[in-house]
Amino acid sequence: MTRDQISYVIFFAAIVATGLILKNYFYFQLITIIGINTLLALALNMLLGYAGQISLGHAAFYGIGAYTSGILTATYGFNPWMALPCALMLAIVIAVVVGFPTLKLTGYYLGMGTLGFGMIVHIVFREWSSVTGGASGFMGIPPLEIGHVSFFEPRNYFFLVWFVVLLSFILCKRLINSRTGRALKAIHDSENAAKAVGINTRNLKLKIFVFSAALSALAGFLYAHMISFISPESFSFLVSVKIVTMVVIGGMASIWGSLLGASLLTMLPEWLHAFSDFEMVVYGLILMVVMIITPQGLTRGIIEIYERSRSAKAKR
Amino acid sequence: MAIKGVSLSVAQGELVSLIGANGSGKSTLLQAIVGLLPGWEGKMSFWDNSLKGLAPPAIVQKGISLVPEGRLIFPPLTVLDNLKLGAYTRYRKKQHREIAQDLEMVMTLFPILKERSYQAAGTLSGGEQQMLAIGRALMAKPKLLLLDEPSMGLAPLLVDRILQTLVQLRENGITILLVEQNAQAALKIADRGYVLETGRVVLQGSAQDLLADDEVKRAYLGKDYGEFYEGRA
Repeated sequence: MTRDQISYVIFFAAIVATGLILKNYFYFQLITIIGINTLLALALNMLLGYAGQISLGHAAFYGIGAYTSGILTATYGFNPWMALPCALMLAIVIAVVVGFPTLKLTGYYLGMGTLGFGMIVHIVFREWSSVTGGASGFMGIPPLEIGHVSFFEPRNYFFLVWFVVLLSFILCKRLINSRTGRALKAIHDSENAAKAVGINTRNLKLKIFVFSAALSALAGFLYAHMISFISPESFSFLVSVKIVTMVVIGGMASIWGSLLGASLLTMLPEWLHAFSDFEMVVYGLILMVVMIITPQGLTRGIIEIYERSRSAKAKR
Repeated sequence: MAIKGVSLSVAQGELVSLIGANGSGKSTLLQAIVGLLPGWEGKMSFWDNSLKGLAPPAIVQKGISLVPEGRLIFPPLTVLDNLKLGAYTRYRKKQHREIAQDLEMVMTLFPILKERSYQAAGTLSGGEQQMLAIGRALMAKPKLLLLDEPSMGLAPLLVDRILQTLVQLRENGITILLVEQNAQAALKIADRGYVLETGRVVLQGSAQDLLADDEVKRAYLGKDYGEFYEGRA
């Protein structure tokens, strides 16, 4: 077995063990949210970490997935599993339309472009009250079920989300190790050099943007049917920034970094309740310290600390 | 407009050198050929097919590969990944076995690359990086190989080594257009040469003629007027 395969087996075992041992429904919910955030971080990591294209509007695709599926099921009585492909398609179409002109931009300008897009989508969610329920949110999204298995049960939903995460990990890892993955890293490094070896950079950037948008929409779908109530604030600019933070803290260009970043940023507010009024201050402080100690993100940082301690031991 | 009214040709199996000083438009010309600078006017054809309006990927697929100025390898990627990226357009055509053979060929040509396969390309020395850049271009299986100043920043011994490789490649049937500031070295291995100055071709001919040409000697081979007129006036 390769190293990747071993890590998937360990990951799989960890999911099953957690699902069987855990009893508390509150924790099930929390860990399921971590799974959804991991999908988001993974989606953005493919774009930002590997291809080097920033997006400050990824919450928009997350929201498009959630709202499309929510509206189709609650208002129009679609089966959720029929609503899912519709939600993904809409996200893909919008990603193509938005990505085609904006991906000509680079660096800060691309950040500004995607930022504007995210804001527009957020305003649409908030102001189009007749369809989206406006600022007070959208209610009554039905839970998922397959045959007799109801995912209303938090344990089942936990398994569903985390198996989707595992599958996405395998998919993304395969993509990264393929010819396409090499080309993405080449674009990250130098677009001109990438062109010189014959990579159609514009096309490939658009493709990875669309892939990333679709994965975010999938996360939105899972979120909407878990919570059954969505509001525009769950898909605001701050959420886009949070996804970027997860990627950077966890580690750019690292699949497992997405998991680490999403876990830390989801758990941290829970742990910090004890600080009450100072919660956000401590939160910010911790993020700063993490970035100062491990500027390349937690994944690389931990590996480096481990290697250093090993070589120190070897010297003794 | 950096170049105007330039006309040149490279016949199959030839090694042609294009020399000229800084800013004479050598690199611009190469970038126009491979499609990195779209919007040029005039005519350019390869095997009787026009290159007008073609983007770089299409040109690479036609069989023209560029070894860019300053090498432009991908430093964080491994040497092996860099080489595989060179064959990017061929993976689509499922030529996996041929690619493996070519990888072997490049590794034999530059044994050091084999040794460093799994090292990040950025950790290589300048000469090794140049070899990697040439190797990467070869992975596309080009009919025509374009090189933009492969000798830049290299020690004389390494320059020789690189240029000898080019001679060897030509013997293997690859057509080469070499752009160089190091005129003497470039003309020595070439069949024919062109001298570019401020965007136009000022001289052309066989490499020996150019090497012997007074004007070339004066301007590019580092012999100034003093030395030149010695014993004449």
